[in-house]
Amino acid sequence: MGIEVEKKAGFDTESAKEVVKELRASFVAGKTKTYEWRRTQLTAMLKMMDENEPQIVAALTDDLSKPELESSIYEIAMLKNSCKLALKEMKHWMMPKKAKTSLTSFPSSAEIVSDPLGVVLIISAWNYPFLLSLDPVVGAIAAGNAIVLKPSEISPSTASLLAKLVKKYLDCSCIKVVEGAVPETTALLEQKWDKIMYTGNGRIARIVMAAAAKHLTPVVLELGGKSPVIVDSGINLQVATRRIIAGKWGCNNGQACISPDYIITTKDYALELVDSFKCELERFYGKNPLESKDLSRIVNSNHFARLLKLLDEDKVSSKIVYGGERDETNLKIAPTILLDVPQDSLIMNEEIFGPLLPIIMIDKVEDSFDLINYSGAKPLAAYLFTNNKKLKEKFVEKVSAGGLVVNDTTVHLAEPSLPFGGVGESGMGAYHGKFSFDTFSHKKAVLYRSFAGDAAVRYPPYTAGKLRLMRALLGGSIMGIIRALLGWSKP
Amino acid sequence: MASEGEKKAVFDAESVVKELRASFAAGTTKSYEWRSTQLNAMLKMMEENEPLIIAALRDDLSKPELESSIYEIAMVKSSCRMALKKMKQWMMPEKAKTSLITFPSSAEIVPEPLGVVLVISAWNYPFLLSLDPVVGAIAAGNAVVLKPSEISPATSSLLARLAADYLDHSCIKVIEGAVPETAALLEQKWDKILYTGNGRIARTVMAAAAKHLTPVVLELGGKCPVIVDSDINLQVATRRIIAGKWGCNNGQACVSPDYIITPKNYAQKLIDSLKCELERFYGKNPLESKDLSRIVNSSHFARLSKLLDEDKVSSKIIHGGERDKANLKIAPTILLDVPQDSLIMTEEIFGPLLPIILVDKVEDSFDVINSSGTRPLAAYLFTNDKKLKKKFIATVSAGGLVVNDTTVHLAEPTLPFGGVGDSGTGAYHGKFSFDTFSHKKAVLCRGFAGDAFVRYPPYSRGKIRLLKALFDGSFLGIIRALIGWSNSKS
Repeated sequence: MGIEVEKKAGFDTESAKEVVKELRASFVAGKTKTYEWRRTQLTAMLKMMDENEPQIVAALTDDLSKPELESSIYEIAMLKNSCKLALKEMKHWMMPKKAKTSLTSFPSSAEIVSDPLGVVLIISAWNYPFLLSLDPVVGAIAAGNAIVLKPSEISPSTASLLAKLVKKYLDCSCIKVVEGAVPETTALLEQKWDKIMYTGNGRIARIVMAAAAKHLTPVVLELGGKSPVIVDSGINLQVATRRIIAGKWGCNNGQACISPDYIITTKDYALELVDSFKCELERFYGKNPLESKDLSRIVNSNHFARLLKLLDEDKVSSKIVYGGERDETNLKIAPTILLDVPQDSLIMNEEIFGPLLPIIMIDKVEDSFDLINYSGAKPLAAYLFTNNKKLKEKFVEKVSAGGLVVNDTTVHLAEPSLPFGGVGESGMGAYHGKFSFDTFSHKKAVLYRSFAGDAAVRYPPYTAGKLRLMRALLGGSIMGIIRALLGWSKP
Repeated sequence: MASEGEKKAVFDAESVVKELRASFAAGTTKSYEWRSTQLNAMLKMMEENEPLIIAALRDDLSKPELESSIYEIAMVKSSCRMALKKMKQWMMPEKAKTSLITFPSSAEIVPEPLGVVLVISAWNYPFLLSLDPVVGAIAAGNAVVLKPSEISPATSSLLARLAADYLDHSCIKVIEGAVPETAALLEQKWDKILYTGNGRIARTVMAAAAKHLTPVVLELGGKCPVIVDSDINLQVATRRIIAGKWGCNNGQACVSPDYIITPKNYAQKLIDSLKCELERFYGKNPLESKDLSRIVNSSHFARLSKLLDEDKVSSKIIHGGERDKANLKIAPTILLDVPQDSLIMTEEIFGPLLPIILVDKVEDSFDVINSSGTRPLAAYLFTNDKKLKKKFIATVSAGGLVVNDTTVHLAEPTLPFGGVGDSGTGAYHGKFSFDTFSHKKAVLCRGFAGDAFVRYPPYSRGKIRLLKALFDGSFLGIIRALIGWSNSKS
């Protein structure tokens, strides 16, 4: 333990430089570019998960008291699927894509070639510390890059397990885990990377992008926001309620970037909804949810204090209609529902990221779109429960968010055919599936010409005739070209 | 003039953005009709004002009419026409497959406008580089502010006038100005910024964007190398190099060939060919040729003179070198075997000077290019050797590559145009323009049927087994898990 601390204290700008230097040398030597290398790494990652699932689950229990099912499915199984998909499709993704060429460069052929960017930095988050660390790494490997992964220090067991496992299973001349906190992250951010992917909050994201700007490093920022759920009437209320609960408390106890943050429903429907919540919450977590094994705890005392501050604000504490119990020693807060909190309360002005669910009421359900857009910040996800086709269409048309789901919450994350990322305050760029491969690639345009068919019209001395002909050529019309050749087009 | 200066001094960037945001929020820019109207108006604008545009470009750059007409105006027209033709298709949501995990469900990816975007243009192709991005922004349904370069003032003020006359100025605005105005604009919150120019300013733009988490496209430059192999059609190759260099705004283009790399024993042949074709194109007194742009201003003239006059370099001039300071003209100049650590080999030339670097064998050129440490916007290779072509594509990283020509990839809208590393981030042209100004919103739709109870607490071993099988996508696994569930009841 003492030696570990020394090692960590030692990681400074010089160490960061050395790491990047080593990785660049590996990249330049071509190690990461071969299909075989990428395949070997991804296969090793699968093996790593197969052989260490209990340890991974234990680390997540340590860091978050995450229930085994959530660790096993929403972290490990998700990552396995990423690896498997990449292994299956990678050859296809790596192939150049033919591009049509026009009369302008005839005769010619063209293609778009996917090149690895080079040496990339992935900065992960604490709430899904395993998935959010390795899922981007899968994409970076598939695209042929060398990688530094910086896991979050707020989930230290997972961070140090990742360091250990990566070293054991993956090629450490090309893939490294750097543990640490602010000093180490700062040292890393001073270096020149070919891409940085950051998952976390908007404040740090600004710092990451500002650091990237110094080197013109492109970034992917996976952030968050207040993901709203609009609940219409005339729906299967039980299923809707269960799906909301699953997305909120069933996802790391609300500490997930796409967890339903708050609900908007009509005044007429609110009480029915609240009753349904009370019923299903008890069915899921029992009468004493503070003792349920199926809820993650609050990650640490900072966040615990933060959430209490949201709950205990004067204008808000009286609005609790369910829950509100807390256990500071064990960092637990019971599933809590609030009804009709003021728009200017703290709880409605920051991302909650915890087990508190405010319900906002409006007159008619269509008013919810303005409410969502009014906040000015676009969330990472937005949800709507309805059977009304027109309302669905309006929702998709009017609500801007990273992604939308109708009649469920959070599940779009699991579909690799959908780009996962934010817009505006919720982030930039996207990944998952082929989008991961693309985001860690440079799409290089390649045009091939031969020496035949040299268009003399390009060359000086420029004349009116050449001008006419070139216009016709760029216009792409064969007739235009013939006319110009015959001197019949406008001067 | 005094009132213009006052106007600029009181330029209120905040209210410009506020007005555009209101227009965007009102939905003005989102309809297909609006986008179509704007693009048609832009076409009309060019048709009715071509002589004025050419005159402004002549004013700013002494740009030859053919270059203005074709490489600026015709290119923008092409962009408009393509967007008009394809926009409906581009705007359509794209169906996405869903898996067993969310069955039953349907999904699509919906492109939506980002909102209010800022396009900062450059001085060398001031018409094209201003309006081409604007075409993409409009096609994608955004409100736009265009900030043209003050270094090409005639084009800048013509753009301001024409945009006000032809386009919807409640949604599309041209803001003229220099550093103060640009700084004021960069303080605002934009939904995207597309900047064309140099790396130094790009860093400033990206740092400003970082404050608001604004995504950026940076179209920069670099030293675009041309590798010339032996055993090629030397005349055609030479002409294409000249066309890409001096035929593109006299070398002041981001994709212009910057320098040549060729084997020692081919160099003389190449030089002779260049001299021959240069004379054929520009005559014996190229300083007087009407077919060459001038150097844009005295700053750049001084910069280029400095490159030429460096001690270790001035002796390497083997063709050209003549200058006319009064008229800001430098003749097409070729240098042979300049040192790698000279200024001319360290910065992007952006002018009519062409150094030739010699290597022993042509394969060595890849190391020369990669050892520079920065990746250029374009790289070119002239060869008939198939293996060399393959190695070039595999080894050289640049925004784009062309084999057996220079610069023409710019004109193919099916190819993404953008840099990598120091030459930039993001790309545009064709559908890539539409995409770069859009947010691709994932949409997943489910019904209330088929609710997988296995998701819900209380969690159990059986549920874990079943979910694992579900995620695995294996029906057999699911059946086994279901059977195991009913067997073990745990």
